[in-house]
Amino acid sequence: MRVALFSTCLVDALFPDAGKATVRLLERLGQPVEFPLEQTCCGQMHANSGYFEPGLVRRYADVFAEYDAIVVPSGSCAGAIRHQHEFVANASGDKQLARHAQAVAAKTYELSEFLIDVLDTDDVGAYFPHRVTYHPTCHSMRILGVGDRPLRLLNNVRGIDLVTLPRNTECCGFGGTFSIKNPDVSAAMLADKMESVIETGAEVLCAGDRSCLMHIGGGLDRIRAGVRTLHLAEILASTDGTAAA
Amino acid sequence: MSTGEVIWGKEGWPGPEFSENAKRAVEDSQLRRNVRKATGTIRERRAGLVAETPDWQELRHAGAAIKDDVLHHLDDYLEQFERNATARGAHVHWARDAREATQIVTSLVQATGHKEVIKVKSMATQEIGLVKALESQGIVAHETDLAEMIIQLSNDRPSHIVVPALHRNRAEIRQIFREHMPDAPKDLTDDPLALAEAARLHLRRLFLKTPVAVSGANFAIAETGGLLVAESEGNGRMCLTLPETLITVVGIEKLIPTFRDLEVFLQLLPRSSTGERMNPYNSVWTGVTENDGPQQAHIVILDNGRTNALKDQIGRQALRCIRCAACLNVCPVYERTGGHAYGATYPGPIGAILTPLLVGVENAPQLPFASSLCGACYEVCPVEIDIPTVLVKLRHDAVKAERHKAQDATFAAAASAMSGRRRWTAALKLAPLLRFLKHGAPPPLSGWTRTRDLPDPPKQSFREWWTKR
Repeated sequence: MRVALFSTCLVDALFPDAGKATVRLLERLGQPVEFPLEQTCCGQMHANSGYFEPGLVRRYADVFAEYDAIVVPSGSCAGAIRHQHEFVANASGDKQLARHAQAVAAKTYELSEFLIDVLDTDDVGAYFPHRVTYHPTCHSMRILGVGDRPLRLLNNVRGIDLVTLPRNTECCGFGGTFSIKNPDVSAAMLADKMESVIETGAEVLCAGDRSCLMHIGGGLDRIRAGVRTLHLAEILASTDGTAAA
Repeated sequence: MSTGEVIWGKEGWPGPEFSENAKRAVEDSQLRRNVRKATGTIRERRAGLVAETPDWQELRHAGAAIKDDVLHHLDDYLEQFERNATARGAHVHWARDAREATQIVTSLVQATGHKEVIKVKSMATQEIGLVKALESQGIVAHETDLAEMIIQLSNDRPSHIVVPALHRNRAEIRQIFREHMPDAPKDLTDDPLALAEAARLHLRRLFLKTPVAVSGANFAIAETGGLLVAESEGNGRMCLTLPETLITVVGIEKLIPTFRDLEVFLQLLPRSSTGERMNPYNSVWTGVTENDGPQQAHIVILDNGRTNALKDQIGRQALRCIRCAACLNVCPVYERTGGHAYGATYPGPIGAILTPLLVGVENAPQLPFASSLCGACYEVCPVEIDIPTVLVKLRHDAVKAERHKAQDATFAAAASAMSGRRRWTAALKLAPLLRFLKHGAPPPLSGWTRTRDLPDPPKQSFREWWTKR
């Protein structure tokens, strides 16, 4: 099985540790992974801001067409690929691209889906002795429907003290450019999310999406809350109890 | 085409500038508390009832399918409804827009010779600005739904589709009654029972003396020509049964094919709207029944932008909406802004798509952006309206309709940087500059850095690490 990593533009540019952890985790589980360098961005930020970029849809489909499976360490990017690429292609009137995009989207997996549905494991042998709370993120939960997969994986991590995040189904207020176009509403949503996180007494906030974590983490850092954010892959890749990449 | 008051933006009420309205709303601590408390209560009640309904998802599919059938064959169903309603003694009128609808209703009221009417709560009459239109012709329309009455007494605007005074708490309502209700008892407290009793006595006097009523309808049944109003208080039924003349304004999308289809909708609606297994009052009437109820029945069938919405292949699903407001109650944006921020008759997620679809996105360009696209609205919608997808489609229409030079250029530059390996690798070299913006970036990023830090840029990008490993 030839497996490719789609790192997402955000992880590539700003959060390489989530990408490195994904590679190390998959290799530790005996699954080699390739990183085609022609990849860039899924176009979600553009589409959700009203700018449809069929060029980015085509790039994704072309770059990854030759692989058996594509792993994405992001619920919202995997969601955009699976549920938005065909829509954007159709909106541009390119039915052929829509079919092509849909075919590649069908073998695109968010990380927790890939581990459980393809590699058939919910125990990756990780060790992480810290108090952790998990935010399910809207697009993982509602667009992809990853269900309890991430929690099953986290529950099997040795040493972890996993505490439930109150009101965890509520959006953190990021929403891509929403946080810039409507910063006040976004900040109000973020305030409530941070309150929930702090209430758990966790030292680490974990999620399957670096974008939501960038938002919540940006707020937690600003108020010096003493909570750090880690991508799911960073905890699952850990075998020595640290998240060092 | 005149679309009445779908968009306010006049007479001192908020305009369609959502982000400005929202900024003011999130600073109002009383509003925040009232809206959070109320939406939280309904949300929990709904969740409990949905959990006990094993065929909930099948009911949603059925509701969506029935409404889609209606929208596909709207011409047939409208004519069928008109034929059957007319055969049963109702008078059917057609209104293309708000102006025509209010003129028809005004002349019907004038023909009765009366100067006052009682009103059943109705979004359609809200949308066409009927109360003000009647007022301008010297006709006083009394809202009889308790919450609508509170709104009318205080010269306020509804902020929710089902619970229009949701932004008010009981202490505020007591104050409104004391100031604006002439027959309110002097020693009125904020006990909900006392408030309800004061309203009840006030309304009873109106019901007994007013022979003309205006209503909307939740459903119009093509097969029988009948109409249905679902409500909680019984004040609607008073209006529907006591007067001599009943005038009903109903949107073209309110049709359902057969009486039996109510089986689906009367399970979906109460659970989604008020968190009840059944509406306390479901009033169905068909034309005129001799010596029973109003002897003059008029039905004004309203377009007012609905055929515009129907033209939009992605957006037309918004016309399935049964006005339950479940999407408002779960929306994290609505919960923090309340309904007034949307500056239009229909607030919340459904309003963010319905308003631009009805009036044209160029007249409400900010509304499709009033969402974080979290998808909670779609999850609860009883007729499966994919609100996030319609929002994205309308955002696309909005950026095409109204050019923003700086924003267009930014996205074009980003798309160009992402158009190939070499350009993207070059763009990644700019990441370290983020360090200087971390605590305070210039606009438009300043909205972010006012309450959040930007991340520390990494020493190397992921692909740099990959190629060197």
